[in-house]
Amino acid sequence: MSKIETGLLYTKDDEWIKVDGEEATVGISDHAQDALSDIVYLELPDVGDTFAMGEAFGVVESVKAAADLNMPVSGEVTAVNEDLIDTPELVNSDPYGAAWMVKIKISNPAELDDLMDADAYAKYEEERD
Amino acid sequence: MAKALKRTNLHDWHIEHGGRMVPFAGWDMPVQYPTGPIEEHRATREAAGLFDIDHMGQMVVRGPDAEAFVNWLVTYDVRQMALFDAHYSLMCYPDGGIVDDVFVYKLPDSDGGEQPYFFIAINADNRKKDVIWAQAQAVGFDVTVADISDETYMLAFQGPKAPEILERLTQVNLRDVPRFTAVSDTIFDDVQVLFGRTGYTGEDGFELYFPAEHALKVWEGILAEGEADGVKAIGLAARDSLRFEPCMPLYGHEIAADISPIEARLSFAVGFGKKFIGRDALLKIKLERSSRVLVGFEMIDRGVPRHGYSIAQNGEEVGFVTTGMFAPTSKRYLGMAYLPRALAKIGTEIDIIVRDKVRKAVVVKRPFYIPAYRR
Repeated sequence: MSKIETGLLYTKDDEWIKVDGEEATVGISDHAQDALSDIVYLELPDVGDTFAMGEAFGVVESVKAAADLNMPVSGEVTAVNEDLIDTPELVNSDPYGAAWMVKIKISNPAELDDLMDADAYAKYEEERD
Repeated sequence: MAKALKRTNLHDWHIEHGGRMVPFAGWDMPVQYPTGPIEEHRATREAAGLFDIDHMGQMVVRGPDAEAFVNWLVTYDVRQMALFDAHYSLMCYPDGGIVDDVFVYKLPDSDGGEQPYFFIAINADNRKKDVIWAQAQAVGFDVTVADISDETYMLAFQGPKAPEILERLTQVNLRDVPRFTAVSDTIFDDVQVLFGRTGYTGEDGFELYFPAEHALKVWEGILAEGEADGVKAIGLAARDSLRFEPCMPLYGHEIAADISPIEARLSFAVGFGKKFIGRDALLKIKLERSSRVLVGFEMIDRGVPRHGYSIAQNGEEVGFVTTGMFAPTSKRYLGMAYLPRALAKIGTEIDIIVRDKVRKAVVVKRPFYIPAYRR
């Protein structure tokens, strides 16, 4: 069973977002890294780039597949986890911790209402499998 | 309704051990086990890996004309093979395109007859096509061509520790069996196995052929014997990365019906000193120089090249990627591709179109990994 961390919000595309006031941290869920298998490559945006809710902000590629990383809510990138460029395998080993991908400044907090909490995401995962 | 996927005799074992099953060539096969393809790749390079490759097919050619027929059917000159030799070869169409790549074994007739017979390992995806092709070419030869895939099980046991582990289970000294030859012996008391010192990983090791009803006994027995040595079961994803690094071709990628062995740089498996199907076309391609050729490349810009991506130079499409990936052993982003001969020189810069973006790469030397038995 994949791990679901409480206190985060989740998208249907398996990104997570941890909100801290106007700021937030974004990554992908344990289920996502497991489904992708061994991750070998990441493409991340630059600080200052802005994205709309659901827009692709990067790419994650595993041994066998490539997938877009989609922004959970609209915002401007304030920090990028450059460590992941050289050690993409961190996404497999620590998806909720060391493998955070970007930090953003949220531009429309109301969009957070459309995301799932841990319980809702657990149910969503169960129904999907 | 979609046709049901075929299952090997180890299907239940794969599921019980966390194998992630995917459709491959009409079979439901494990693409990986829980530790993942990169760890499986490393285990095979450093210890040994066991592969369920029973989706692959086998056919046998018997009869007074067996040698003459096989020599007509495949590109390699099988007359120079001794009994128990095994050699990589190709079956070609008259235009030089590739029907399949195969491994040919020349074996003594178990019925005590004087004629050798030929055992030919073929690809899963091409099994029916290959057998029909071979049978159709057999007109005029006194031979029988039989598909023995169903009753024959095939495993590969590959890696530096594979020979010594396997030798603990056999009567014969397997480590004395030369590369590209085979030996027949019993294992686990009563299972008669043909051991070919062959494989498709760039490592030392064996491919095993034996009666299909013993699949689980042999599989579990080898895993148990090698457990302390770090032996793992290996899925299709690592099988692909292991064959990719030494630049071994895969049908549907580097070789196909519209690609010749000359373009694929497989001339070592073509014997022009004999007649065979496709010879004239291949000789013409060889003498007039093929317009395109298989190359290796490495990414300069960041990006993962993948099968089917276009290659451009100065904005014009010039070729395509046959296989590309993150190579686990050398930790580089590498690929194989068809390019015009003029662009095939090592050091030539090319553009790989990665998800609609232009990414620079450079032609580099093949193979990316020198097979253990050539070092």
